[in-house]
Amino acid sequence: MPTADFETYDYDVIIIGAGGSGLRAAIEAKERGLRVALVCKSLLGKAHTVMAEGGMAAAMGHVWPEDNWQVHFRDTMRGGKMLNNWRMAQIHAMEAPDRVYELERWGALFDRTKDGRITQRDFGGHRYARLAHVGDRTGLELIRTLQQKVVSMGTDVFMETKILRLLPDPEGRISGAVGYKRPTGEMVLFTAKAFVLATGSIGKSWKYTSNSWESVGDGHAMAIWAGADVIDMECVQFHPTGMVWPLSVRGILVTEGVRGDGGVLRNSDGKRFMFDYVAPMFRAETAETEEEADAWYDDHINYRRTPDLLPRDEVARAINSEVKAGRGTPHGGVYLDIASRRTPEYIRRRLPSMYHQFMELAGVDITAGPMEVGPTCHYMMGGVRVDAETQAATVPGLFAIGEVSGGMHGANRLGGNSLSDLIVFGRRAGLGASDFAEGRAGTPSVDPAAVAAVIDEAFAPFGREDGYNPYDVHEELQETMQALVGIIRTGPELEEALTKLEELKEHTAKVQVKGGRAYNPGWNLATDLPSMITTSIAVAQGALNRKESRGGHTREDYPGPDPEMGKINFVQRQTVEHGYLAPIGIEPEPLPVMPPELAALFEEAK
Amino acid sequence: MTDTQTGTGTPAATADAADTTNATVTMRVWRGDDGGGEFTDYVMPAVEGEVVLDVIHRIQATDAPDLACRWNCKAGKCGSCSAEINGLPRLMCMTRMDTLPAGEAVTVAPMKTFPIIRDLVTDVSFNYEVAKTIPAFEPGPEPEGGYRMMQIDVERGQEFRKCIECFMCQDVCHVIRDHEDNKPKYAGPRFFIRFAELEMHPLDVNDRRELAHDRGLGMCNITKCCTEVCPEHIKITDNGIIPMKERVVDARYDPVAWLGRKITGRSKKTAEEASAG
Repeated sequence: MPTADFETYDYDVIIIGAGGSGLRAAIEAKERGLRVALVCKSLLGKAHTVMAEGGMAAAMGHVWPEDNWQVHFRDTMRGGKMLNNWRMAQIHAMEAPDRVYELERWGALFDRTKDGRITQRDFGGHRYARLAHVGDRTGLELIRTLQQKVVSMGTDVFMETKILRLLPDPEGRISGAVGYKRPTGEMVLFTAKAFVLATGSIGKSWKYTSNSWESVGDGHAMAIWAGADVIDMECVQFHPTGMVWPLSVRGILVTEGVRGDGGVLRNSDGKRFMFDYVAPMFRAETAETEEEADAWYDDHINYRRTPDLLPRDEVARAINSEVKAGRGTPHGGVYLDIASRRTPEYIRRRLPSMYHQFMELAGVDITAGPMEVGPTCHYMMGGVRVDAETQAATVPGLFAIGEVSGGMHGANRLGGNSLSDLIVFGRRAGLGASDFAEGRAGTPSVDPAAVAAVIDEAFAPFGREDGYNPYDVHEELQETMQALVGIIRTGPELEEALTKLEELKEHTAKVQVKGGRAYNPGWNLATDLPSMITTSIAVAQGALNRKESRGGHTREDYPGPDPEMGKINFVQRQTVEHGYLAPIGIEPEPLPVMPPELAALFEEAK
Repeated sequence: MTDTQTGTGTPAATADAADTTNATVTMRVWRGDDGGGEFTDYVMPAVEGEVVLDVIHRIQATDAPDLACRWNCKAGKCGSCSAEINGLPRLMCMTRMDTLPAGEAVTVAPMKTFPIIRDLVTDVSFNYEVAKTIPAFEPGPEPEGGYRMMQIDVERGQEFRKCIECFMCQDVCHVIRDHEDNKPKYAGPRFFIRFAELEMHPLDVNDRRELAHDRGLGMCNITKCCTEVCPEHIKITDNGIIPMKERVVDARYDPVAWLGRKITGRSKKTAEEASAG
């Protein structure tokens, strides 16, 4: 079969993904006067960022003047169990307030304090009320603001276009990206001087997830196939509160804002069980009684915070333990109760989307009774190893931001730190990619044979007879990851998962697709499977090697943290062969060392 | 004529044995492209608590792997899965099967106002083209210590910014649903509330009243169809379109208001200035 035709587009900077970080990067590169295009799998404005509910963390000090970047930095590092890239955490804490004010200058309408400033909400792991927000739809406000800005700048956007593979020039600089347009199935080649990955998460490899179909790890996988380093792939966040019933909506997120605004977790005996799960690291600043916890909402100075707002990994494990001990709800979760603690008017005003979601999907009125919640696969801390200042990957011409990048959040992300991550590092990647593009001489070129090979591989499933159904392979992958690489892991199960993933890799190479190329979801899924296989293998390999429990990574056979393991990242890369069929190497490398003045912040806190 | 297929596969991804009964549901789904199409019946096992999108996904996983539909968040937040369910524009992810008449086939058709791409997917680029013509938000000079706005003042705009761009208000609006030739001169309800949002933004200095008029605000005869289908329950007509109509009248026809603006030196730019800027 001859290789299909393809269209070619040339730009200075191509940004793959149009969620919050991709849009923010595009604005920065566009302001430089460069030729910029955004390429995204969905329609503009539909990216996963719209799902973010609670807010964006920035130490503006509008509610608690005691707050500052040092406190935010310390909270972030401790939340990440000190596995974070300290410099990224520092940049993030220092620059987040400016990025939030900037959104306001671009038209965002945040909720206000009584004196007319941007108000801030309490969230897990943040010492002070720190999250700028718009009710419980902050992600929508962020994406709409940036989308409208991008559109007003006249930026080119290729919607419903999926990139399959990144290609280098003869000097090894990333110079091309091959993909297809979903509505027509036509193939496209983008050439550019710099490429920014803003492709989001990997959560669609799990059965119960808050992620959409887009979160298949395209960027993580394409970076690995391009020879770039990825780190911390074992660090996957399971959000403690997803819906558990009805089954069809299991996994859909229930914002942490419910707890920030006064909601508490209870087991089937009605007990507020979180008081029993306060790890030593957090004891000094956590309330010991319900009275103290309740007083804290109004007085953060004289009272300590409620354990309902411990970092997400702590809460998710606690819920898991309660359910395992037989104190769960009829549908296998725990209760999240705000109805008995706040007025219906307050709940509807502060949490309108949650009210709506439970009313329409579960027939539950959250102003009258408790919600049933349990952990759901939510966020990927691990990703492409990047330079903290520029977000440059270890392969020249490639940049990564947001969930596809690693390091910022360490072993566990604090709620509210993802939206601020997107805008802080989106801007920096836009600057970094622009600098690189401006400094790069010559016209980017790629090997035509390599382009042809990507196209042939993409079309191969149409030509097969008696192949595997891509939906079946995907379902089997989700069952495998859910059962064997979930919230609690063991060595033997991870080995079993890797064996199973090898088998599914073979099946992926033999999937069969029916129908034509135009808007064919079966084919689209077939082209997603290689990304899911690669990222799932990387997660399982990382999890098998990290023989300790830290943040989002919990090993039943190594239940505590190991101080030696706390000093290393597991770095994974493909050095010889590339692609989803090739093995991925893994080795430990020491974490960057924090300078003494920052390390001192952790001494003071003790 | 409809073609009937019986779902044979086990329900994928969502069904545990306890939630499956012997009951079935019949989904009458429009299949085709811009060259034409027809409804096809799929008889699927009924599963407790499902929404329409769940059943569509099960059809894809078993009987029709190439059945095209848009979706993303499956939580009513992204506005991708708009379709006409039993003749009414709805989000497939927020329409529970048990709220539809039992024992009857559920028809699922693409939005009528936009050109078909395939099956349930339509070409909504009309909306993205309109969005490009709207002058950007432009705040006045920033005072020392940052902007101040009161909650009560931001709430008016926040109502419109709840919009998830599902485009069902555009789909149901008969000005363009039944009159293709109106599209070039009509922005539609989604963008009338965008004008309203900017017009009511405490910081924005552009004047969009003339532009709203030019983009067909006057063609809307306030039948409130858009408000009825809005999944975010935005009062598109009462809080957006009608106040905008009043402001446009003020701007164009009221000499006293015109004189008042001259005297008080209202800071909003005219549409022409805004478009040029």
